[in-house]
Formats: sequence, structure tokens, C-alpha cells
Amino acid sequence: MTKRPVRFYQVGSFAVGNRLLSDDERTVQSDPNRANSIDSGHRACQGCGEALGARYALDAAMRATNNQLVAVNATGCLEVFSTPYPETSWRIPWLHSLFGNAPAVATGVAAALRVKGRSDVRVVSQGGDGGTVDIGFGCLSGMFERNDDVLYICYDNEGYMNTGVQRSGATPPAARTATTDVVGPQPGNTFGQGKDVPRIAMAHDVAYVATATVADLHDLEAKVERAMQFRGARYLHVLVPCPLGWGSASNETIHVARLAKETGMFPVFEAEYGVVTSVSKIRRQAPVEEYLKLQKRFAHLFGKNPRPDIVAHLQEIANRNIERYGLLEQDAEPIARHVSSSEASA
Amino acid sequence: MLRQIEGSRAVAETVALCRPEVVCAYPISPQTHIIEAVGVMVKEGRLSRCEFINVESEFAAMSVAIGASATGARAYTATASQGLLYMMEAVYNAAGLGLPIVMTLANRAIGAPINIWNDHSDAMAVRDSGWIQIFAETNQEAADLHVQAFRLAEELSVPVMVCVDGFILTHAVEGVDLLEQSIVDAFLPPYEPRQVLDPENPVSIGAMVGPEAFQEVRYLAHLRQLDALHRIPAIAEDFYAATGRRSGGLVRSYRAEDAETIVVAMGSVLGTIKDAVDVRRDAGEKIGVVGITSFRPFPSQAVHEALAHASQIVVLEKAFSIGHGGVLATDVAMALQGTNCKIREVVAGLGGRPITRQSLDKLFYKATRGELDSLLFLDLDLDVVEREVERMKATRRSGPSAENVLRDLGTTRGEGALS
Repeated sequence: MTKRPVRFYQVGSFAVGNRLLSDDERTVQSDPNRANSIDSGHRACQGCGEALGARYALDAAMRATNNQLVAVNATGCLEVFSTPYPETSWRIPWLHSLFGNAPAVATGVAAALRVKGRSDVRVVSQGGDGGTVDIGFGCLSGMFERNDDVLYICYDNEGYMNTGVQRSGATPPAARTATTDVVGPQPGNTFGQGKDVPRIAMAHDVAYVATATVADLHDLEAKVERAMQFRGARYLHVLVPCPLGWGSASNETIHVARLAKETGMFPVFEAEYGVVTSVSKIRRQAPVEEYLKLQKRFAHLFGKNPRPDIVAHLQEIANRNIERYGLLEQDAEPIARHVSSSEASA
Repeated sequence: MLRQIEGSRAVAETVALCRPEVVCAYPISPQTHIIEAVGVMVKEGRLSRCEFINVESEFAAMSVAIGASATGARAYTATASQGLLYMMEAVYNAAGLGLPIVMTLANRAIGAPINIWNDHSDAMAVRDSGWIQIFAETNQEAADLHVQAFRLAEELSVPVMVCVDGFILTHAVEGVDLLEQSIVDAFLPPYEPRQVLDPENPVSIGAMVGPEAFQEVRYLAHLRQLDALHRIPAIAEDFYAATGRRSGGLVRSYRAEDAETIVVAMGSVLGTIKDAVDVRRDAGEKIGVVGITSFRPFPSQAVHEALAHASQIVVLEKAFSIGHGGVLATDVAMALQGTNCKIREVVAGLGGRPITRQSLDKLFYKATRGELDSLLFLDLDLDVVEREVERMKATRRSGPSAENVLRDLGTTRGEGALS
């Protein structure tokens, strides 16, 4: 009889609870003296993955730097919902300049701190996927190439959600956005090569590159903390579901993020100096349908005129990720087929 | 200390005397010699406590300067032409955020057609950005204005652009009296920011501002520029007291007191204009010059006072608003409202076209006789223009105008036509 390793899973969530951890392993958010870098009262939507990700990431960065932190923010949801004049949610020094220049502005902040001998103060630059993989990409690459002492965090919700859900370079194939509508023979976003910025960041040989999702906030915190142990350019790419843009239920944000990882659609890993050093294994592989069906942006792949061909294409992408990063554990539960026969035939 | 030195080098040496803490550089002709020289000074340690950052674009250059300035560092960069346009969004942003960045603009034409030579189209393109724009007449003034620019910028928390004619000044070697470090240190106190990113006292900078307050924020920026109208001459006076040299200020008159015709211009062309005016004066014509040093803020009152007694104003400028006419001329006309001054707009020197004393002499000769059209383009080759107009009339697929004109010039002048 084979032995199964004991795991502290909460029912249905796979997340290990704080109460099962020792004090020093507990999340920063369980600390009543945490920084609250982005305070309550902001205007993010219910279930916003970005607000959640930013809160955990920045409070972890604050702890890692002994509260000596400056944040630079690209234009986008996070900037708009956090600082409607005359209010601000930020309890840390925070600068917003433009949509496409957050990495360069952070370079300037880091340079000023260096020249002033303030090596204790660290810099985080952050933006959404539009500000990172598209309009800010030149500045991001420049910051990487110069190895400026900046941790750049991309909160990836796979589209221009602040302007009303338009396609970005991070929008997955087949997804409905306002500029990739579900009309014509190839509904939704076209299939292309995609722009895999974590891998592009690795190609710059920067000290640290990692991906994370808001489904595993301990992992996100640990990666921020790890990132802060390095000097030079670092990149963290966090998948943050957007209930508005994805058409997912507000209370499903964590679930959707987890399925992105468990299907292989979003590989979670970390890399140092261009080499992958660890991957978060898929614990129970799920078919991409399970992930897609929770989101209205993929609704056109199911329903009356289902497109199993497109779903299969998306599954191929997930499979390629699984293979590339070795995401399946040896003893992982095999893929469960939940697709009904009626949906599969079309 | 008087040195025989290239304009760019004089600017770089003077910028270094101002002890910038962050300098970001992206190369574009004719600005390159400035940042190269600053880079060398930082690398060899002559300019210490300064970060020199080679960025990947002008957009990044201004963005790095924004981050550095907001963190309390004295920030400097230089650009020209396309580079200024490429960073334009950040140029507006720096002014909107009220960050006292100083930038040298080595004035150059804007393409297409691509052209690396001097005119003022680049500066005019950002005249509404909220930056203070001051124009240097000579290399000495180009150097001196940078010291004044840092002080002005930091006093008012407004970015300042020092406009230096590309090649004509940047690449000209002539005697420049470089300042002593002690004089600059006494003139320019350390940068004390109005707002700064500091973990001990966290502030949010760059918040979204809606209709309820945007207009007030913009008006405050305008008030700061109006304030600059007082500070610019005051700082120029302080500079005179410290150095014994007249540099900067709002406007400068030359033989204009009793003039009936006054030529208005900005930048290095003023030297040629003064020489040409001297010739006309010798011929007994009542003509003078008013040079405008501060283009933004526009010193309407000072311009009015300097010009209102004349009957005719010839505004000679190295830029124009296509489909309209002179840019500077429009501002001058506004300043002369209520007077009987007749305005004549002369567009000259576009894309580096030499503005010769000979051409100016003819121009001023006609001007003093009241023979100028309201808008004219100096030394315009009308034959070439007409030939291209004919080609466009003759056939739909007449091709690109720039290439046609070049081919035409080569053919007609026998200098090897483009094929």
C-alpha cells in the first residue's frame, strides 16, 4: 500500500491556515502592527485581485525593509482607486508620474537615494499589465538592463481594466475584451506568441524573477521578502483576477487565481540570475475548462455554440507551461475530466 | 577664467559647477557633447556625489529626472528635437508635478523630413507645458543661464529649459569665462525640495485631480510663472552682482530707444541681427533690436515697454505654426494690443538654413521702407516650391515632396541628382 504524505490542507482551498503556522511564519497581515501600506477606504471593486495583491506585496516589502520603502506607481486601476483627490490610501511615500514610465521613475528614485547615501531605503515600482508589458516595457527593459536597484511588481489582470477592459499584450488568447469582441469566426483575442514578461525579465539575467497569484498569499509574501534580499533589478509578476474584466464572481477571485495555477495556465515559479530555482507544483491538476468556465470572458467557448477546438488550444498552452516548468508533482492527482459529453461535442 | 571652449563643453562644465546629483543621458545630436562631457566628469570623479545614468530613451531620461527630483536630488538632463518630443509626456508631467529639473535644449528642427540642424520648432512644441523657457544668445550666456536656471527652478519649484541653438552655439568654439566653484556655491544654495519622498514623512505625489480642483492647480502653475517674471530679472541682477556679467533677464534692447522699426528675435541669431542693424543705423535708418530671453513666462509687459514706441515690429523667428504663421509673433502681437505697432512676421533659418547678414540687410532695408509683407519666409527658394506645386498638379502619384525637392535641386544645380 502506498503512503500518502500528510498535508495541512483546508477543505477545498489547499491553503494552509495561519493557526497551523508558527508566529514567524504567519502572514504579515496577521500582525496588528503591520504597515497597512495601502489603507482601507480605497475605491477598488469588490473582489479586486490587484488591491489584495498590492496590500500583501507592499506590507511584506515594508516588513522586509524595516519600513524604509518608497513606491512608484504607473497609471492604472491601482493608481486611480487609491488616490482620488484629495484622499490617498497610501501610508508610504508614493509617487505616480505616468502610465509608461514607472520603472524609469523608480530608477531616478533609486539614484537619488544612492547619491544621498540612503542605501537603507528601498524602491518598489508597480503597475498593471498594460503599464508593464505594453506601454512601460521599454522603460522596464532599460531598468533591467542597467540593473537598477528596484523591485518591479506587475499586477497582471490581463487587460486594460481601468479604461474599460481592452486587450493588452498580457490578454490570453480567446478572451473577450472590448477590443477583442466575441464576433466573427475567431471570437475573442487572437492566438499569438503571447508576451511572457517573466521569461523576458529572466533573459536580462536580473537577480530575481518570480511569479505568484493572489491564491497563495504566503507565497507572494515570501517572494517579496526574497526579492528584497537582493540588490539590483528584480521582477515579480502577480496574477490578479479582475471580476469586472474577467466576468468572474467577486467572491471567486481566489478560486479563479488558484485554478489559473492548477490548470497550468499561469505557471508559478521563481528564478535567480536567469535560472529557474523553484516551481510551485500543481497539486491537483484541473482541466482548463474548470478555469475558463468561471469567467464570462470565455463564455463564448461554451454554451450554445461551444468551441472545443479553442478550448483544446488553450489546454495545449497549459500543457506547454506544465512541461516547460515541470509543474506536475510525481504523485499529483491526474487530470480530472469534468467536461460533459454534450459540451465536448460541437 | 576665460577659456577657448566649445559651447557644449562650457555648458557641461557649468552644469557640473551646479553640483547636480542625478544626470540622465540619452544621446541626440546636437546635444551629445554636453552629456558626454558631464559623463566623463562623473566617471573620473571630478564631479562627485552625482549619479550619471545612461537611459534607453528620452522618455526615460525625463522620467528618471522626475523620480530623482521627487526624491530630493538636483536633477539635470539635456535633449533636442525628436528627443524632446519623445519625452513630451514626461516634460508636461515634470511641470505638473512642480519638480525643479533643469534641462538643456540644444535647439534643432523636427522631422519629417529628418534634419539635425538648428531651429526653434522643438522649443515651441512644448511652450505650453509649464516649463520656464529661456534662450541663450551666446555661449557665455548659455553657460551662465544654467546657474541661474537651477536657482530659479528650485526657488519656484518649476522646471527650467535652457534653450541653446544647436550647432550654432553648442558646437562653436569661442572664449567663455567659466565661473569659479565658490561663486556658484554662493549663488546657488543646496536644493531644498518643496515636496519629497521620505519614509519618515510619507506623502502621496501625483494624485488624480478631477474637475473640482484641476483648474485651480493649473492656475497655481500660472501664478508661479508670473512670479518668475519677477524672479528672472532679480536673479540676473544677483548674478551680475556676483560675477560682474550681464546674463539672463527677460528682454534686452539694442539701439531700440529711438527706433521706428524694431526687430524681435530669440537666441544666437541676435548677434547677426545686431551686426545688420548697425549697418542700417550707419545708413541713417532708425532700427533697433529687442532680444527675448524669457519666452516662458512671456514677459508681455517688458515686451510692451520695449516695443510700444516703435511704429513697426519685425518678429524674426526660427519656427512657425504651420497653417498660421509666427509663434513668437503672436505673443508679441498680444503684448502690443492697444498700440499702433504694425507687426511683420519673418520666418527664417528653418532646419539650419543660414541667416546671413546679407539677407538681413536686404530685409531690414525693405522693412524700414515699409515694404515687408505681413508674413514672409526669408530666402525662400520660390522656384523650387513652384516646381513641386506643378508636379503635384500634373500627376496624382507625384511622390514624396522632400525627395522631389532634393532631386530638383540636384538636377538644376548639377550637383548629382538623386535617382
